[in-house]
Amino acid sequence: MLYIVITYLWASILLYLLLGGADFGAGIIELFTSQKNKQVTRKTLYSAIGPIWEANHMWLIIAIVILFVGFPVIYSTMSVNLHIPLTIMLIGIIARGTAFTFRHYDAVVDDMQHLYNTIFAISSFTTPLFLGIIAGSAVSGHIDPQADSFLDAYIFSWLHWFSVTVGLFTVSICGFLASVYLIGETDVEHERLRFAHKAQFFNIAAVVCGALVFAAAWFEHIPLFDWVFGNWIGRIAILSATLSLIWMWTLLYQGKISLLRPLAGFQVTMILLTTTFRHFPNIVILKGGGYLSLTEHAGQEKTIEALAWALLLGSILILPALFYLIYSFQKKPVGYEGQAH
Amino acid sequence: MNDFIAARSQMALSLGFHIIFSCIGMVMPFFMAVAHYYYLKTGQIVYKNVTKAWSKGVAIFFATGAVSGTVLSFELGLLWPEFMKHAGPIFGMPFSLEGTAFFIEAIALGFFLYGWDRFNPWFHWFTGVVVGVSGLASGILVVAANAWMNSPAGFEHLNGQYLNIDPIAAMFNEAWFSQALHMTIAAFAATGFAVAGVHALMILRGNNVLFHTKSFTIAAVFGCAAALVQPLSGDISAKDVAIRQPAKLAAMEAHFHTEKSASLIVGGIPNETEKKVDFAIKLPGFLSFLAHGDFTAEVTGLDRIPEENHPPVAVTHYAFQIMVGMGMAMMLVSVLYFTALWKKRKWLQEPWLLKLFAIATPLGFIAVEAGWTVTEVGRQPWIIYGIMRTADAVTPMPGIAYSFYLFTAIYASLAAFVVFMLYRQIKMVGELYDV
Ligand code: HDD
Ligand code: HEM
Ligand code: HEM
Repeated sequence: MLYIVITYLWASILLYLLLGGADFGAGIIELFTSQKNKQVTRKTLYSAIGPIWEANHMWLIIAIVILFVGFPVIYSTMSVNLHIPLTIMLIGIIARGTAFTFRHYDAVVDDMQHLYNTIFAISSFTTPLFLGIIAGSAVSGHIDPQADSFLDAYIFSWLHWFSVTVGLFTVSICGFLASVYLIGETDVEHERLRFAHKAQFFNIAAVVCGALVFAAAWFEHIPLFDWVFGNWIGRIAILSATLSLIWMWTLLYQGKISLLRPLAGFQVTMILLTTTFRHFPNIVILKGGGYLSLTEHAGQEKTIEALAWALLLGSILILPALFYLIYSFQKKPVGYEGQAH
Repeated sequence: MNDFIAARSQMALSLGFHIIFSCIGMVMPFFMAVAHYYYLKTGQIVYKNVTKAWSKGVAIFFATGAVSGTVLSFELGLLWPEFMKHAGPIFGMPFSLEGTAFFIEAIALGFFLYGWDRFNPWFHWFTGVVVGVSGLASGILVVAANAWMNSPAGFEHLNGQYLNIDPIAAMFNEAWFSQALHMTIAAFAATGFAVAGVHALMILRGNNVLFHTKSFTIAAVFGCAAALVQPLSGDISAKDVAIRQPAKLAAMEAHFHTEKSASLIVGGIPNETEKKVDFAIKLPGFLSFLAHGDFTAEVTGLDRIPEENHPPVAVTHYAFQIMVGMGMAMMLVSVLYFTALWKKRKWLQEPWLLKLFAIATPLGFIAVEAGWTVTEVGRQPWIIYGIMRTADAVTPMPGIAYSFYLFTAIYASLAAFVVFMLYRQIKMVGELYDV
């Protein structure tokens, strides 16, 4: 039963990274789009994510609920020592969700739009940045539950090169996912080309940030290299991700777009797999070599059992409906402008 | 401001903010479903316009409700890590089921908002109903989690250890039914009155009268029906509290001394040092009746409860008075409205009834906030009643006061935005819909 719960936790983190990530990325693209193209980008973006953005963000809530019900010690330790980045991330979530809705539903279109757009684009950047910082801090070995100075306990637990680079890496991944996703959302050739350029840009950014993550890990004595390349699963995953990336770019130059999304999704899945596989089941690594483990710090058996059943039953209800939602809004009927009237 | 008070205030602020959006999220889909149903049945375009106008408002509320709820699920840990460490696995069941309910709600909302002219009309209508049902389910589930804090169940507490956890028993604790019932009805009453009030004001101003009359009627019928039964369910709650949390009941009533044939106190200023209530109206025996259904029964006073376990009396008492006062006022309006509907149709044309509704716009939400204050402040000093003190649950991180100021600023500006947005929405009705 415990493994069912862990699988769900991992899957919801992955889905949040993929779906929520593409969603954040759409805002990041907006931030990196020249003024004259912003309006078109916004339209494409809205028709692509409007119907599903709420659902995309549910994965975060599922992951959090799994954590606090099933792994309360992990949840409360992270909540205490990462209080500040979590709060900043929350503010990002508030700002982004509301700005996105307000700009669309405001009955009067005037200068306020400018404000909503700015808030939306900036928070689309900061939220995944801090998500990455939180994830990076969890495994960085900087969290020290015994620390007695404010700086050590609440600031240096997350403010260091490794987690910041992980944050930047997360941002580029989001931008990359969104660009690839949006290529398939528009029928206009030069639009498509523009998103392809964006994909290229974020792809390069991800590679650069990835290199920085390794550099920071080396600098801070985090055995990231060993986690990723020290076992065959990691090596195979990285290799196949790289191959699929090459394949993806060839397809893109040939103008074939149908496989782009699954390939991008595959690459991100492989990245998450390699970075989590090696130190599983320890998801929080503390200062001085201690750790919090998904197997040792799980709740009592009955709780885990109930949680697993709730998740299984939930999926039976949710997944078909979710697929139908995504499917229905993929095919656009004639005269559809991507707006809720 | 010390960190403990700051943490409590931040929690109260976030919950007090969220509850408004969740009430609307639970109830508006049903109003829309009714309007939508009339449209599909009669083909009158005004009903379609009502449904669409409401759905835009709801989308704004939904987004705000969803983000404020997301904040809450983190805040429980950010502010009360010690509580969550122990409580999470016990009262987590409703939260894990709630995840499903939210998800279905979000999916159905996607279908409903973006599905005009895309699907079979009745399938589209049905997705709207699903939004309402799953919203209601999530509301009931969260309240069950809160009820567990009032009436802990499903575990054994030995030497600070929480053993033999049974999440199902924890969910069906003694308080869940009375709280969930009362909350659900409250959501209908509060939302119904708020929506009806806004539309009543528009009718009085002579704007788009047909449109606003249809909207008003749907909201008013729901709101008034709920307001009529609310005091009954409140009575169930009070009897329940009397048995399970005598300290809370005593604080609600500022009942300092244990006595038989205890009198119900209306108004008054609790004087905690002299243990009496100044300037109150007393109805002899009524408190015994309210709490135990018998005019002579004994009602435990605060004197039977150790001083260190007393909840704040004044706040709880005032909040209770406010809730009941609002409840009575709303019940009165409801009686008038139903009389008008069934016996005196001509009242419906007269402005005084509409004016009454316009004045009553905020009453339901004031009662909701007051009611939660009774429940939560009345539980103090416990976070898990009788098991864990709130003071022992708070985060060790210093400087929570700044976090509280920050969130206050954020919620204040969000509230301002939502009001502004709604104002523009209503102002544009005439231009957006040919009504
Ligand atoms: C429209 C809103 C509304 C109205 C008119 C009333 N209430 Fe209420 N009340 C609530 C909205 C509410 C609430 C916000 O929904 C609470 C907070 C927690 C809960 O379960 O319901 C609540 C709590 C609450 C509690 C505490 C329950 C507990 O702690 O478990 C009691 C005893 C009452 N109510 C009693 C009454 C009585 C006797 C009313 C007579 C008119 C009344 N309420 C009207
Ligand atoms: C949405 C409606 C709710 C409102 C308006 C509300 C209001 C409040 C208020 C006023 C306080 C502060 C009490 C004090 O410190 O004196 C509080 C505390 C708290 N509430 Fe609620 N509450 C609500 C529902 C819930 C629910 C559903 C839960 C959890 C499942 C919950 C969990 C808590 C916790 C953990 C605290 C902090 C500890 C404490 O003060 O006892 N509340 N709430
Ligand atoms: C009595 C108190 C509460 C009630 C009745 C309630 C009800 C609801 C409802 C109906 C929604 C749907 C969204 C909407 O309509 O705007 C919602 C959203 C949400 N609530 Fe609450 N809630 C309460 C307290 C809480 C607490 C204490 C938490 C966290 C622990 C919480 C977490 C959430 C989350 C995460 C969402 C967002 C879900 C989404 O994206 O749809 N709620 N709540």
